[in-house]
Amino acid sequence: MALLEVRNLGITFGGLHAVEKFSVSVEKGQLYGLIGPNGAGKTTVFNLLTGVYQPTEGEIVLDGKSIVGQKPAVINKAGIARTFQNIRLFKDMTVLDNVKVALHNQVKYSALTGVLRLPAYFKQERVMNEKALSLLKIFDLEGEAAQMASSLPYGKQRKLEIARALATGPKLLLLDEPAAGMNPNETAELMEIVRLVRDRFGIAILLIEHDMSFVMGLCERIVVLDYGRVIAEGDPETVRTDPKVIAAYLGGEA
Amino acid sequence: MKIKSLNHNFRRSLVTYGIVIAAFAVIQIISGMGMLTNSLSGQLVPICAYIIMAVSLNLTVGILGELSLGHAGFMSVGAFMGAFVSVCLTDVMPGWLSLTLALLAGTAAAAVIGLLIGIPVLRLQGDYLAIVTLAFGEIIKNLLNSFYVGRDASGFHFSLKDAPSLNLDETGEIIINGAQGITGMPRSATFTLGFVLILITLAIVQNLIDSRTGRAIMSIRDNRIAAESVGVNITKYKLIGFSVSAALAGLAGAMYAHNFSTLVARKFDYNTSILVLVFIVVGGLGNIRGSVIAAAALTVLPELLRGFSDYRMLVYAVVLIVMMLFNQSPQLAAWRRKWTAKLTRGQADGKGA
Amino acid sequence: MQFLSYLVNGISLGSIYAVIALGYTMVYGIARMLNFAHGDVIMVGGYIAYTVMTTMGMPALAGIGAAVLVCTLLGVTIERVAYKPLREAPSLAVLITAIGMSYLLQNLALLIFGSAPKSFSSVVSFQPLRLLGGQLIITGETLTTILVSAVIMVALTLFVNKTKVGHAMQAVSEDKGAAQLMGINVNATISLTFAIGSALAAVAGVLLCSAYPTLIPTTGAMPGIKAFVAAVFGGIGSIPGAMLGGVLLGIIQSLSTAYISSQMADAIVFGVLIVVLLVKPTGILGRQTREKV
Repeated sequence: MALLEVRNLGITFGGLHAVEKFSVSVEKGQLYGLIGPNGAGKTTVFNLLTGVYQPTEGEIVLDGKSIVGQKPAVINKAGIARTFQNIRLFKDMTVLDNVKVALHNQVKYSALTGVLRLPAYFKQERVMNEKALSLLKIFDLEGEAAQMASSLPYGKQRKLEIARALATGPKLLLLDEPAAGMNPNETAELMEIVRLVRDRFGIAILLIEHDMSFVMGLCERIVVLDYGRVIAEGDPETVRTDPKVIAAYLGGEA
Repeated sequence: MKIKSLNHNFRRSLVTYGIVIAAFAVIQIISGMGMLTNSLSGQLVPICAYIIMAVSLNLTVGILGELSLGHAGFMSVGAFMGAFVSVCLTDVMPGWLSLTLALLAGTAAAAVIGLLIGIPVLRLQGDYLAIVTLAFGEIIKNLLNSFYVGRDASGFHFSLKDAPSLNLDETGEIIINGAQGITGMPRSATFTLGFVLILITLAIVQNLIDSRTGRAIMSIRDNRIAAESVGVNITKYKLIGFSVSAALAGLAGAMYAHNFSTLVARKFDYNTSILVLVFIVVGGLGNIRGSVIAAAALTVLPELLRGFSDYRMLVYAVVLIVMMLFNQSPQLAAWRRKWTAKLTRGQADGKGA
Repeated sequence: MQFLSYLVNGISLGSIYAVIALGYTMVYGIARMLNFAHGDVIMVGGYIAYTVMTTMGMPALAGIGAAVLVCTLLGVTIERVAYKPLREAPSLAVLITAIGMSYLLQNLALLIFGSAPKSFSSVVSFQPLRLLGGQLIITGETLTTILVSAVIMVALTLFVNKTKVGHAMQAVSEDKGAAQLMGINVNATISLTFAIGSALAAVAGVLLCSAYPTLIPTTGAMPGIKAFVAAVFGGIGSIPGAMLGGVLLGIIQSLSTAYISSQMADAIVFGVLIVVLLVKPTGILGRQTREKV
């Protein structure tokens, strides 16, 4: 049984089929790419998987349990975390607090414990700080821990978003264009980090990316979307040479 | 670096406590020397109440990020509940005990109303949420205006119509008399009580902000969709923030009520809500210390402007507009930066020469 | 018959709310701000008309003209001086400035005219209309209010939908940046919107004071809030919404005052608003927007 099993997923916006009959199966620890031309419906797939949109049809099964119809927060607790194409950080909070928010369901104490400053508060805060700092360290962000998230340069904001998603302890991580706006050096570094994250945490990663060398060099399997439908699926070599994929990217008829 | 950043919030809170304690000490000394004017010393308890109101509203607007225009409604719920408890209990127990119970009852009543209102209201967003909080504030005022409570040998009687329909027997007394309000509270609120309650409010709000709960609340303010994506239960944390804020407004109201012997619901209309909103915007959204200072300064300001007599509210309005323009206008901010830069450079040159 | 007369009164009051709400909604649509001082422009309109008619003894038409002229200038000036510098600032900053402006207008009126109520002489001089054998009496004020409001609503709808300037206003409220790129003078369009909104407020002020002839510096505050509620009720930013919201609000208020309790009428009005927003979170005719993720 695969970690994530998606069957015939679809959504219509006012009669338009934004995504139709989308199926994919992601194994534990797999690096999976989701590609396609602009407007193909890739981010919509992410929004469906994370409960931001409710699918009009189809099934999403994570680790044997259906998560269709659940709210985003519940789906996150079930084990899916994500980043956003247009970065969505908690801008007026520090880098450290951004990660600590995401540890919300990992390290707990009650509101009253916090207000009364009971011993559990200090203990759990210490645990949170350690966990958050060790995550920031992976992304080389521990030096900026006390800065406001909005003051980080663009590339670091993208990294912080990944760190924050990881802090929720996911089984599956969805990355929406993680390399967008990065220079070649940063992109190469990001590839290393993504691999490291997979190896270290043993989680599966599904990523949307336009940088083909990034996707081809990193992903073990790739699914290609065009006009909301899957047009190809397989290992990078198969997908790269698929005539339908080439046609979709070059804009010709398939 | 690590230790420093972690203690940052704590140190900032300490400074706020320090300012409040110092202000209390200074005013006590001035008052002890008999140098405090009558009008100002009569303002001390209301100022404390408005500080608590500002800090609590900042929790909703600055920390949770939802504009509320009905905060005075919660204050009135606390005020009437507190006054009611006091009037009922004042003959049967020592003053400090009935006052404590009155404050607790006022806080609890406002918390419950906050929760009840929060459940429907917090589903709305932005300006729609703002107008509905304003509507609820006005509804509370109207309900209290036509609320009658009396007591006689057979117990309590309630009515939403008028005093005669309470059907009291000859031993009966009216406690809450509709638009005439409630009378007979012991005027037991003191400046020291206000000072202690400010410290308690500050402790609750500042500790809450710097905790797991507070971070969840602020994450909703900064980016609702991202907050959901990391597993924050939006409804739950919005409700926590909103009802704690309401509860503290109730506390402020309960204390405020014990500064007067008569209290009417008209006192808590949207003008009061807006007044408190002005405090927190001037003090800085999300800035708890700013709320404390702005609430105190802007309550004292009209008193200090007494010299202008008829013109004082006019001056207040102009000060408000000019302050907003000066602080918030991008062009003026750029212009100010330019001049500050020029001046500091000038100074540096001066030193170099 | 009682019911009919309450209904007519409600429609008349609602028409005034609708005219004020139109100003609110147009300004909101174009400037994305809650103009808290809008209600006080009504009050200024009332005082100007009072001064011209009662103090200076000029005819009603001169009073109305002066009120419209002064309020239009006032609206444009307020926007230029207090709101325009804050166009890029957080919306709360603008809200507080508007509140400051509201205090300013009220206190200026207090200084100039004093706190004693002025009794406003009606601008309407014709006899009440007696219908159904004298059972239903409609006063000249009621009739004029309904007629004038209807004309304003039709004219404004035509103006916004049929003229080039009206289209420009719609474009600016849709997207300022894009409108600018299309060659629309955004500043002039915003000024014009404030001018129209304030002129409407002046007319509403004269109508309001004719129907309820007591004029004090806070006369505009509650009608302002009610009209704001009406605008939200109908879907803020929507012109037909403001009209519908205003009239409905007036009817609800009039009927609840008559049949339930005058104390509770406001509570009922606000209660209905809450119910409507809970069922339809953007008002009756408001547009649903979806946040892009």
